[in-house]
Amino acid sequence: MTDHALLSVRGVSKRYGRHIGCADVSFGLYPGEVMGIVGESGSGKSTLLNCMAGHLTPDAGEVFFDTAVDGPRDTLRMSEPERRMLSRTDWAFVHQHARDGLRMGVSAGGNVGERLMAVGARNYGVIRDSAEDWLERVEIDKSRIDDRPTAFSGGMQQRLQIARNLVTGPRLVFMDEPTGGLDVSVQARLLDLLRSLVRDMGLSAVVVTHDLAVVRLLANRLMVMKSGQVVESGLTDQVLDDPQHAYTQLLVSSILQV
Amino acid sequence: MTDQAYNFAYLDEQTKRMIRRAILKGLAVPGYQVPFASREMPMPYGWGTGGVQVSAAVMTTDDCFKVIDQGADDTTNAVSIRSFFKRTAGVKATTRTAEASIIQTRHRIPEDALTESQILVYQVPIPEPLRFLEPRESETRKMHSLEEYGLMHVKLYEDISRHGHIATSYAYPVKVEGRYVMDPSPIPKFDNPKLGDCPAIQLFGAGREQRIYALPPYTQVISLDFEDHPFDPSKADHACGLCGAEHSYLDEVIIDDAGGRMFVCSDTDFCRSRQEDGHKGKDAA
Repeated sequence: MTDHALLSVRGVSKRYGRHIGCADVSFGLYPGEVMGIVGESGSGKSTLLNCMAGHLTPDAGEVFFDTAVDGPRDTLRMSEPERRMLSRTDWAFVHQHARDGLRMGVSAGGNVGERLMAVGARNYGVIRDSAEDWLERVEIDKSRIDDRPTAFSGGMQQRLQIARNLVTGPRLVFMDEPTGGLDVSVQARLLDLLRSLVRDMGLSAVVVTHDLAVVRLLANRLMVMKSGQVVESGLTDQVLDDPQHAYTQLLVSSILQV
Repeated sequence: MTDQAYNFAYLDEQTKRMIRRAILKGLAVPGYQVPFASREMPMPYGWGTGGVQVSAAVMTTDDCFKVIDQGADDTTNAVSIRSFFKRTAGVKATTRTAEASIIQTRHRIPEDALTESQILVYQVPIPEPLRFLEPRESETRKMHSLEEYGLMHVKLYEDISRHGHIATSYAYPVKVEGRYVMDPSPIPKFDNPKLGDCPAIQLFGAGREQRIYALPPYTQVISLDFEDHPFDPSKADHACGLCGAEHSYLDEVIIDDAGGRMFVCSDTDFCRSRQEDGHKGKDAA
């Protein structure tokens, strides 16, 4: 099973005292695939994401990642330096609030360049060129390269965060509510951008959201979570168009039709 | 209270032991910030409480003590610390760099080359070079232990993007023996090349932040830079107005309200000994 999967999650459980964060979650993510995780607030989707990305230590389970050098490795049993190295080269993490993922006191160029410098880039000209290149790719004007993110709108901050994460060419992106807190037109542009980046770079991604429109547009496959359990999973269109579980039916029918 | 009521060099022996242990650990791991239980000293934080504690811990009765503040022997800070140790330790004090065995310094390294028989003690306000970019102590410690120093270059990147060159002119970050990134205290970057391969022991004490770190003699110290923006230990492009020195670090002194100014050596002892040797600058009387 791990032969081809980029990320394979087996039996991941996390409890917060008596409360269940997520229970016995298993799935595989294949190269170029986008997996959506939906569910209501408190359903454990962010807990699961943080467990996979190494921000939280799950109580049980394994998370195998197909590393470029050593093949599949259990990231939970890696040493911390290895895991942190992974998280700034092969992995990317897009936070819901851009402020959590950006350095607000550092210019846009510095934000994009940080990951490059963290993996050893020491040539200012080269760092600057790739920062400019990435700002253009996320539709931020090159002239804003020396402005701080505090001077950016919410949508621009989010796009900057994406540029900062993708600059080292990661293979797997974790996204936690990437469109949360943005207005709908900005959301649409961001989704458009994400979709083309994912396609052009052949990225694999795990997207956590409560917005079904986001997964409809981005995700190939979908997992529905409730109370820490995966209640339904399958192809996105299949799950959304023909929901089997009572909760998924409720979720799909709660979308406001305008 | 009489002077005899003080232990030699003010601190009690247990405190000295504790500080010496921290110093030894610092020397064993060059550039690593060793936490220590900093004591209240009879001076405010920011006036050299860390340096004074380190000096007190390494001082012996045979020592000859010199204090400089921004290179000068005659400023309030230097005079009061010197008289403090004259009173509480009864050691000889000097202003001459070559005669001193312990030199406590704030923000400068003496121009004269140091020797193996000397100890240079720095007063450090903020020992953590990553502090302004990463406010969490837990995180900076982790970054040091995992050698994650990309952030330091982000600071230099920001300098270049804003000013066109690396505008950090003091407290310029260095890498020690290819391992720890260290804040050399707010010395001008002109002094950075003197940190490396120095015959003297260099000790750094931060009293408020409760950290001691050290450079043993002949340690490799490299100033961080970019390939296309190399480190440049710059100084004012003048000669000293009093002694005519071309290669010493200069202070700019405003001398009237009509825009008049002169440049003089910041190291007063260096300048005076040159003048005694007959060197004369253009502004010398």
